[in-house]
Amino acid sequence: MDLYEYQARDLFEAHGVPVLAGIVAETPEEAKAAAEKLGGVTVVKAQVKVGGRGLAGGVKVAKNADEAFEYAKDILGMDIKGHTVHQVMIAEGADIKEEYYFSILLDRANRSYLAMASVEGGMDIEQLAEERPEDLARVEVSPITGLNREVADKIVAEAKFAEDLRDKVAEVLVKLGEVFVKEDATLVEVNPLVLTGDGNLIALDGKVTVDDNAGFRQPGHAELVDERTENPLEAKAEAKGLNYVKLDGNVGIIGNGAGLVMSTLDVVAYAGENHGGASPANFLDIGGGADAQIMADGLDVILGDPDVNSVFVNVFGGITACDEVASGIVKALEILGDSATKPLVVRLDGNKVEEGRAILADANHPLVTLAATMDEGADKAAELANK
Amino acid sequence: MSIFLNKDSKIIVQGITGGEGTKHTALMLKAGSNIVGGVNARRAGETVEHVDADGNDVSLNVYGTVKEAMAETGANVSVMFVPPKFAKDAAMEAIEAEIELLVIITEGIPVQDTAEFFAASQANVDADGKPKTRIIGPNCPGIITPDVSLAGITPATITGTGPIGLVSKSGTLTYQMMYELSDIGISTAIGIGGDPIIGTTHIDALEAFEKDPETKAIIMIGEIGGDAEEQAAAYIKDNVTKPVVGYIAGFTAPEGKTMGHAGAIVSGSSGTAAAKQEALEAVGVQVGQTPTEAAEKMRNIMESL
Repeated sequence: MDLYEYQARDLFEAHGVPVLAGIVAETPEEAKAAAEKLGGVTVVKAQVKVGGRGLAGGVKVAKNADEAFEYAKDILGMDIKGHTVHQVMIAEGADIKEEYYFSILLDRANRSYLAMASVEGGMDIEQLAEERPEDLARVEVSPITGLNREVADKIVAEAKFAEDLRDKVAEVLVKLGEVFVKEDATLVEVNPLVLTGDGNLIALDGKVTVDDNAGFRQPGHAELVDERTENPLEAKAEAKGLNYVKLDGNVGIIGNGAGLVMSTLDVVAYAGENHGGASPANFLDIGGGADAQIMADGLDVILGDPDVNSVFVNVFGGITACDEVASGIVKALEILGDSATKPLVVRLDGNKVEEGRAILADANHPLVTLAATMDEGADKAAELANK
Repeated sequence: MSIFLNKDSKIIVQGITGGEGTKHTALMLKAGSNIVGGVNARRAGETVEHVDADGNDVSLNVYGTVKEAMAETGANVSVMFVPPKFAKDAAMEAIEAEIELLVIITEGIPVQDTAEFFAASQANVDADGKPKTRIIGPNCPGIITPDVSLAGITPATITGTGPIGLVSKSGTLTYQMMYELSDIGISTAIGIGGDPIIGTTHIDALEAFEKDPETKAIIMIGEIGGDAEEQAAAYIKDNVTKPVVGYIAGFTAPEGKTMGHAGAIVSGSSGTAAAKQEALEAVGVQVGQTPTEAAEKMRNIMESL
């Protein structure tokens, strides 16, 4: 899960990383009150989980509280690259002397952690990495030691921080390394890390991504979820423990196993090219060993999506038994009764396939069509979605 | 022949007394695997009762530690069905005991835990500098050498033995592809897992299949996210002489949405299926647009060999 800037700021503060005061506001009135509380010049910053908000007009310097009110009014509700701004952070103004860059992240390719630092912060780091890679220090951080002082010293030296700053910067990096490990993050990025006129270091803007798998030992992370930005169907699926992602198309997809479902999305999209551009309406993985209830829950979510015109159930029974899947389909259709109006194409193979097909054949439901193969099922579902 | 798992593999199950451990111990025995015991610190000294492939009763000892289980049984493979919370400790224990092959089925392990035990596995090396423990997974279906041995949860009845080596990030796509190629058969099918950090990579499997005399051709299944397929392409170019067919899942996945596997996410221009296909085709790998098409390409290759 990606966090908002203000959430990252709060985590930084909790772990002793120097930050400026910042107050979240959801209305212009709250923004004004926050600016009055902070006093002096403030910065009104749109809270969105996407880069480039400054260029989009989502960051404004306010000379006083009335200006903060006006800017908040402009920014709240703004659309930045498809993300609606629901909150702004009113931050203390900073006297910036220099801007640096720092990040620590999961390095998939090397199966380790990687720290990156540069004395040229503030700019687009991908651009810097491409144009002047020599100005971006990259130092591996062992998952066993973490970002200790020794590693921090190496990073500041390789990034060529001024000698008299190195101790101070290294101290902050160690604390950011603590944020990374203690919060089960996969990314902690500070851009810019600033040096103020009076010689202090401040993490002015931060990006943090936390690992959803670590929820069991990070109870605080559940509170960081912003339900406003969650799709209602995704929220419903999540409540039922289903792995669901809403997409733009009109063919509902249910399958078992992430890889097979991804593959099903592709096959349906290809088939849609011959059927008026029909395409997948969602990703839904019912997982391994799914029983009839899970199948019924999945169908319930998908049939509740107004964009869906047809449904393709694609199951290869490994651990999952096809008779359970078939029973789940029959059960869901019973519960839904007359409110089920969308055609279902079902392809079953693998574990207990004969039993599964027999259950569906016996039920003989007018909405259900059996397909012999994945490709055939995708074609049929796309055709039905386009009718 | 086969890779990583053969008829001599002696397997223990970490978490043998749990629900998944019990179910899959039974299935592995049925598939012919030589399961020699299990581990659960709280149930040490007990036994669990199962039936082997020939229908004979098997009584398996539960040991307190992996080290003890290895000493008593001569086990060289462990299959782990331990919940995410305890997975790091269980993996560390197996690595410290220097098990040769550790297959981690568990889904949902925090990636920092995986990073840590993977680093530990790389740090414990033999005289040639090779890690003593090979990890497969986590979040994977494991490995099967059909008709010989199964260390994991792959259904053993999909296909019999044959000349094709299969390596895949995804479980069900492994099954789908084994099914598609069941007329030809599989030497070893290995599911390497969909997490951001995994022990055995596509490249490790390619290297082993290249050396395995029984494997005549290799099918490689990838998915969006990361750059493992691109790295595999570079490896194939210089090191693999056997024909390779590829399939990538997730061509139509939108940017920024995690597709089930924690590692399956397209971020910016990196990790797209198109980029992976391009990299593979550039080194002569035939890439199918669907599993069926990939299987068809493999069938054509086998006919021409």
